[in-house]
Amino acid sequence: MVTRAVAALSRFTIRARCILFAGPSSRHISVASSIMARSHVNCEIKGDVAVIRISDPNSKVNTLSLQMQKEMTEVMDEVWGNSAIKCVVMISSKPGCFIAGADINMIQACKSTEEVTRLSQEGQKIFEKIEKSPKPIVAAINGSCLGGGLEFAIACQYRVATKSKTTVLGTPEVMLGLLPGAGGTQRLPKMIGLPNAFDMMLTGRNIRADKAKKMGLVHQLVDTLGPGLKSPEERTIEYLEEVAIDCARGIVNKKLALTKEMNMMQKIQDHVMSYSFVQNRIYSTVEKKVLKQTKGLYPAPMKIIECVKAGMEQGPDAGYLAESQNFGKLAMTPESKALVGLYHGQVACKKNRFGVPEKEVKTLAILGAGLIGAGIAQVTVEKSINTILKDITEEALNQGQHQVYKGLNDKTKKKSITSFERDSILSNLTGQLDYSGFEKADMVIEAVFEDLAIKHKVLKEVEAVIPPNCVFASNTAALAIKDIAAASKRPEKVVGMHYFSPVDKMQLLEIITTDKTSKDTTASAVALGLKQGKVVIVVGDGPGFYTTRCLAPMLAEAVRVLQEGVDPKKLDSLTTGFGFPVGAATLADKLGIDVAAHMAENLGKAFGSRFGGGNLELLKTMVAKGFKGRKSGKGFYVYQSGLKDINPELKEIVESYNMMPTPAVSSDSDVQYRLISRFVNEAVLCLQEGILTNPVEGDIGAVFGLGFPPFLGGPFRFVDNFGADKLVEKMKTFEEVFGNQFTPCQLLLDHAKDPSRKFHRLIH
Amino acid sequence: MKKQMGRSWAALMTLFLKSKSKKTLSKTGVKNIVLVDGVRTPFLQSGTTYADLMPHDLARTALQGLLNRTGIPKDAVDYIIYGTVIQEVKTSNVAREAALGAGFSDRIPAHTVTMACISSNQAMTTAVGMIAAGQCDAVVAGGVEFMSDVPIRHSRKMRKTMLSLNKAKTLGARLALLGSIRPAHLAPELPAVAEFSTEETMGHSADRLAAAFGVSRREQDEYALRSHSLAKRAQDEGLLSDVVGFKVPGKDIVSKDNGIRPSSMEQMAKLKPAFVKPHGTVTAANSSYLTDGASAVLIMSEEKALALGYKPKAYLRDFVYVSQDPKDQLLLGPSYATPKVLERSGLKLADIDVFEFHEAFAGQILSNLKAMDSDWFAKTYMGRTSKVGSPPLDKFNLWGGSLSLGHPFGATGCRLVTTVAHRLKKEGGQYGLVAACAAGGQGHAMVIEAYPQ
Repeated sequence: MVTRAVAALSRFTIRARCILFAGPSSRHISVASSIMARSHVNCEIKGDVAVIRISDPNSKVNTLSLQMQKEMTEVMDEVWGNSAIKCVVMISSKPGCFIAGADINMIQACKSTEEVTRLSQEGQKIFEKIEKSPKPIVAAINGSCLGGGLEFAIACQYRVATKSKTTVLGTPEVMLGLLPGAGGTQRLPKMIGLPNAFDMMLTGRNIRADKAKKMGLVHQLVDTLGPGLKSPEERTIEYLEEVAIDCARGIVNKKLALTKEMNMMQKIQDHVMSYSFVQNRIYSTVEKKVLKQTKGLYPAPMKIIECVKAGMEQGPDAGYLAESQNFGKLAMTPESKALVGLYHGQVACKKNRFGVPEKEVKTLAILGAGLIGAGIAQVTVEKSINTILKDITEEALNQGQHQVYKGLNDKTKKKSITSFERDSILSNLTGQLDYSGFEKADMVIEAVFEDLAIKHKVLKEVEAVIPPNCVFASNTAALAIKDIAAASKRPEKVVGMHYFSPVDKMQLLEIITTDKTSKDTTASAVALGLKQGKVVIVVGDGPGFYTTRCLAPMLAEAVRVLQEGVDPKKLDSLTTGFGFPVGAATLADKLGIDVAAHMAENLGKAFGSRFGGGNLELLKTMVAKGFKGRKSGKGFYVYQSGLKDINPELKEIVESYNMMPTPAVSSDSDVQYRLISRFVNEAVLCLQEGILTNPVEGDIGAVFGLGFPPFLGGPFRFVDNFGADKLVEKMKTFEEVFGNQFTPCQLLLDHAKDPSRKFHRLIH
Repeated sequence: MKKQMGRSWAALMTLFLKSKSKKTLSKTGVKNIVLVDGVRTPFLQSGTTYADLMPHDLARTALQGLLNRTGIPKDAVDYIIYGTVIQEVKTSNVAREAALGAGFSDRIPAHTVTMACISSNQAMTTAVGMIAAGQCDAVVAGGVEFMSDVPIRHSRKMRKTMLSLNKAKTLGARLALLGSIRPAHLAPELPAVAEFSTEETMGHSADRLAAAFGVSRREQDEYALRSHSLAKRAQDEGLLSDVVGFKVPGKDIVSKDNGIRPSSMEQMAKLKPAFVKPHGTVTAANSSYLTDGASAVLIMSEEKALALGYKPKAYLRDFVYVSQDPKDQLLLGPSYATPKVLERSGLKLADIDVFEFHEAFAGQILSNLKAMDSDWFAKTYMGRTSKVGSPPLDKFNLWGGSLSLGHPFGATGCRLVTTVAHRLKKEGGQYGLVAACAAGGQGHAMVIEAYPQ
């Protein structure tokens, strides 16, 4: 049930925009006269029904801002005071958004636990009044209904939702290190049962309308409408309102039951769940799972369980109190602040700071139908862009096309698209062995073998057939783009686009520009990446760019740790224990030992002994024996029918490269800091050298591309929170033993000297 | 150029005369193609008197009816085309099977077309095309649908097993295959009136369409009641002269449509929505129902008809096919096709004396009427400068429609055309317009001109 907790924690979605029940998105307070037109909440009385329409005039989405709360309270008081009104419909007049929560800046503005707790309690009070309304309130939901918005909706007596794809319900607070703080932890379990409530609150995932209906989160669904006498969006909202009004009247006339009749199965389930030992069993199972997944590094999930437990065991008063207090506590944790920082960073990396490109990419050609090439093809055809996938052998092409088909077909199986949509998406893909059609390409991305000579060859071949304005992008993890561009007749049109595998799952795209890359070329690459749904960072050119360059020293250190006699399992548990979603040994296997060796060798040549540590020969020996990692079935581990175990032949290899550990720097914690500090130091050095433009992109790149612990917020946030001085101190200890691999870079030293220097603006 | 001037002069004159914008739609260099006559079997609710027949039985009856009605020599026909939707696999070219059984010469080729609810329209326009191209002079077109028996298949898994069984050589292999059959294999596959592309049933789409155009339940019920009342009156007054009696083997002679049932608004209001529950507006009473029936028309070049001594009933003039989004505009074909065919003919909506629109659902008809009357819809979705206008109801489906007479998918088109011809004659009009929607988001319209008396 919480298997997705960590995945969710490390995978933010843009929809997790706002989550609370209060936000300062609007500061202007309305004048004393209550008759004055309200700006956020409007109430139309249709006979015996009050239709309350919400729309924040200053934003694309509705948030439960102070102004919204104030106007809502006024309107509700009028409704409750008007005896002609028998029931209420609560609806948003914004297409695509019911209430998305509130601005997270609101919580960041609070200076103490108590202040946040008070906010929570105010929200709880308002929703309690809604819940106890003597006049039934129907929430009519179209679009996002998240966080505080969902808590509002579940306080209402009845919920009607549209089947629109934009209609999602969820409690994404956990992804920001928080919990649903306006009664959510108390109402959800009662409404949809413990298992579903935990699933929603601990994973933060979005629930689509049809699923919400099955779960009992909404009572009725309304179809979306097509063209009529008004735009589909406008008319759908009207229709939703009409249906909701009928429902509201139905409740008043007792024609509509508020509780659904349960079938036998549900009755039995409910009965079983009512036993406290069953409940306890659930708590302990969930707790165990959460601990296993979070390694105790994320406080929010445990607090959510605590709040639910308090409410179920000691009654609502205790439950609400626990909720508001824990909410206050969580808001002040560094974990929450780091996650909120990531959220902001992610929003920033979903914008194109290079402006609108002159020409939109309508036809994309991809060279190389391997894992990455086919992955790029999949995320591109999904956005209805004509995509040519070219390879040199029919076998490779066939495999690539199959990968795209399979990726889409899996979505069909999960019912997120229909088989018809799948086919229609696939019609954007052309697989071929020649360069026909390249004359129409707006961009070519090459994803061929990582070898400069081959890259030069395809670049020349491509430039002979593409139109003059076509961008040439190279997908490479380590080769310098300027070296690749050296073979180009138009280096201003050459850019690097480093995708991460699997492309359809990994959110990051690292774009690399050289001195010669034109701004429009960069803008075009970023625009395509954003269209493909990626979080985009743009970095300067250099060996390993940013991400690979940070990863390499950490992996070199990991090899040294292995040579010191730590086995891969232990190494993995040390890295995951620090918060990486994947352990270092497993990561190397995933990456490919040959790729890792290749990368280490290249970067070693470029950066010298700073990238040393572990013996490269160890990796090379493994490659020579065919232990190329996951793809070959053997690496640090042996992969057999879904199981993995330490490669028994590894021991012998490692022993031949045995190193004596230095006890002073070999405790578990030391090993963790040896790994992390090399990563972090290299990241800071990238900023110092101008490879990175800003720390925000550095943090986003590390978390979304390399799995840097999300709760630490990225290497730069980590330095800010941990203290540059403390980190430098640790590094100096390691430096004494290992040498220049641990020499802190100048920028890090500067920060260590002056504690007021921070990479990110201070949040209270 | 000269001709154009002449034409616009004529148009100007007609304006002065406050009459039609055109005297006739005859074009020089284009053959006049005429409807000699049209017949149909009584349309029966599926599962009633026709229940034990096969589709070609109905089609054969319509063909025989046409032979009797027109008295055309059995070898004077050059070609036969039939439209059908849900095919009986044994008679997949139902046109040929029916023609052979109806006693037509076995030297007359026949083929079957399918285009959902406008299948027989497609059969007729194919015939028009063949005649216009000079390939044929006399073609029989028709349509048939038999919903009392539809192909229900074994599951794909079961079919696969059974097909493998054919190939299994040893007893052991056969037993192994038989042993692999699981209860899940036995679940049959039922055909559904659903879009393949969107998986949405047509009724569901109609309900959404009605909601999109703000058509109320009451309006739909009223329209359905109107259709049934008009059909009843037409039946009682003997206006449905295209119906030919059918002696069903082993049963009585059928001579009337059996789905016409004028009810009351109160009765209709009691029904629950059939597709969108619980708040939908499309019910069994305001939808067309599953129907068995067949139709046939005789189409000829004017010269041929006159040479054979016929007095044709009408000219078949311009026609169009349209298609649009099968999800949200599934049933809006008439809205798109009407302005297009009028433009093609150089007519205005006001020039049309007789409208016969296929009534799939009351909500669909009313939505189309609203769409045609909306400048916003015309501009936003059809790329037109203004609306075409809504057909006046006093000229619209006056002898009932698919809602009341029934709607055998493949056969309705010929009924519409024949009805227009009959109504033009009866009401003394000059131009008639047929329009229909079809699954797949397609549509059709045809202009029909009365044959001079």
